[in-house]
Amino acid sequence: MGSQSFSDALGVDYGALAPLLIVLGGACVSVLLEAVLPRVRRRSVQLVFSLAVVVVALAAVIIRATSGAGDVVVLAGSLSVDAPGLFLWGTLLALAVPSVLMLADRSVEPGGVFVADPEALAEAQERVGAGSLRSTSSGLPSGTGTDTHGVVGRRGGAGPEPTTPPEMHTEIFPFVLFALGGMLAFSAANDLLTMFVALEVLSLPLYLLCGLARRRRLLSQEAAVKYFLLGAFASAFFLYGVALLYGYAGSVRLADIAASAAGPLRSDALLFAGLALLVVGLMFKASVGPFHTWTPDVYQGAPTPVTAFMAACTKVAAFGAILRVFTVAFGTTALEWRGVLWAVAIASMVIGTVLGITQTDLKRMVAYSSVAHAGFILIGCLAITPAGLSGTLFYLLAYGFTTIAILGLVSLVRSGDGEAGHLSGYAGLAQRSPVVAAALSFCLLALAGVPLTSGFTAKFAVFSAGLADGMAPLVIVGLVCSAIAAFFYLRVIVLMYFSDPAPDGPTVSLPGPMTTVAITLGVAVTLLLGVLPTAALEWAGAGTFLG
Amino acid sequence: MQGSAGLTAYVPLIVMFVLAGGFALFSVTAAPYIGPRRYNRAKLDTYECGIEPSPQPVVGGGRVPVAYYLTAMLFILFDIEMVFLYPFVINIDALGLFGLVEIVLFIGTVAFAYAYVWRRGGLDWT
Repeated sequence: MGSQSFSDALGVDYGALAPLLIVLGGACVSVLLEAVLPRVRRRSVQLVFSLAVVVVALAAVIIRATSGAGDVVVLAGSLSVDAPGLFLWGTLLALAVPSVLMLADRSVEPGGVFVADPEALAEAQERVGAGSLRSTSSGLPSGTGTDTHGVVGRRGGAGPEPTTPPEMHTEIFPFVLFALGGMLAFSAANDLLTMFVALEVLSLPLYLLCGLARRRRLLSQEAAVKYFLLGAFASAFFLYGVALLYGYAGSVRLADIAASAAGPLRSDALLFAGLALLVVGLMFKASVGPFHTWTPDVYQGAPTPVTAFMAACTKVAAFGAILRVFTVAFGTTALEWRGVLWAVAIASMVIGTVLGITQTDLKRMVAYSSVAHAGFILIGCLAITPAGLSGTLFYLLAYGFTTIAILGLVSLVRSGDGEAGHLSGYAGLAQRSPVVAAALSFCLLALAGVPLTSGFTAKFAVFSAGLADGMAPLVIVGLVCSAIAAFFYLRVIVLMYFSDPAPDGPTVSLPGPMTTVAITLGVAVTLLLGVLPTAALEWAGAGTFLG
Repeated sequence: MQGSAGLTAYVPLIVMFVLAGGFALFSVTAAPYIGPRRYNRAKLDTYECGIEPSPQPVVGGGRVPVAYYLTAMLFILFDIEMVFLYPFVINIDALGLFGLVEIVLFIGTVAFAYAYVWRRGGLDWT
């Protein structure tokens, strides 16, 4: 048997798999770059390389989507490259571009938002030691594990040259590429085992990224530990669900599960028990209430660019997988299990809005609002119709860019100790920096679903799909929760415009080019999708999932 | 299902497990009562293959140095890589050139990770 027919028989379609291969191959090369590059060149080369990988992969997705090549199931049925899958891939890669820019930015947080590289730290301490010995003052600060801020700030006397904070770890670039590769595979997985492996591939680098903050290190490590423990739990639930579904259907492929559910009359207990456990695992990742308990702590503790990456891209990937599982594997039995998931959607919307009202930290407020939005997106997922599919995909695109813009703006409001998270720090922001306040207001209005923003179009698409599929109570709860959520969005806007700034309050730092591009991209897409949504809505509704 | 008839062949295996486990348990629990009682302080030291035990740090509550964890992780990774090589080798004729390229890429990917650990000081024992 020649190798040509063997790889064709396996279904290795390089054209279809190109984006995934580019991202994962780029991640492996990125690890090699980490190994061989000297420290001074590491960050710039890695940044350029990561951006190039993401852009080339995005170009490959666009080429594939416009080439007219049909939907295929590749790699022995484990991945499915179909029109909604390509839209999800395009969304993930488009959201990754501003995320990588924000992660690499050094202008907002000197040295970078991640923990200092050990070699750079040792070098900085030597410099400090030499400087303080020269100026004959107190000795070296102790301990290599202390906060780098202390190393820099504790120069003895008048140091001769200004010290820059040590460079951050550059391993974050391969982490981001591996997480992105996992997300691409997660939303394209055609069988449950591939989905589980992709879930772990996307989660493990995110656990690490959450724990590597330079400021408020203990909070960041706590967030990483919580995310890891709860994520491992949820993956265990997912795997147990996969085992039960395999017991029911004799196969882990989504299409086979649907086929055996449609088969001769037999007990469906295994099927729905498997679905329930699978749903727990998937809803955890998508931060749908009541499986959302990790979201506030992790969003607050992680470095803000990582929060942006997680909030945007993980949600897209998780809802892509949820859509695929609901439509392909359980679409035929939808009438029997949808009622239970109504309760999950209502719980998510209510928890997100009610608990969001009480929050005093802006990142935690964004976290709870993401729980509420996850409930809205779930309405679109439960409407297993083409309108529901296109509405959900559009909502994910719109929400991702708005979230990245908001979190980029949040990282600019800083006090002496780093970011000013507390809401009181935003009082009178319009007087200190009108541009930032205007952009933040626009993004908050987009989250609230005010017309002329993408949030309105997205909610309209999802709610109309829900109404058309007979889920009127859910839509009513959604509208009420949107109105309640508007309260805490508007509260921030009122605080920024109609309060006086505290004299010693936080200031707004001027962002460097990378963060500026990221925030501008987010705000521009939010405005564009609100004013001219038809093109994106057509792309989102272009096809259906391939079983 | 025709499994139950074939599964009876495994009963001797289960009996062996029970016997082996029972022997080990018996040896460990009965030894203090059956053997002679000669107290010697050296017997209560940590055993490390007969050599002097390496000094454990007093600070941090006597935690094991993280170098042990790194070495163990690297061993696991390369052990699993070896396990993946066995099925490839058995089917090498059927897999042909495509399989060869794929397995070289797989070994190369793990080698990239090894290069990273090596260059960034993960193999230094301190």
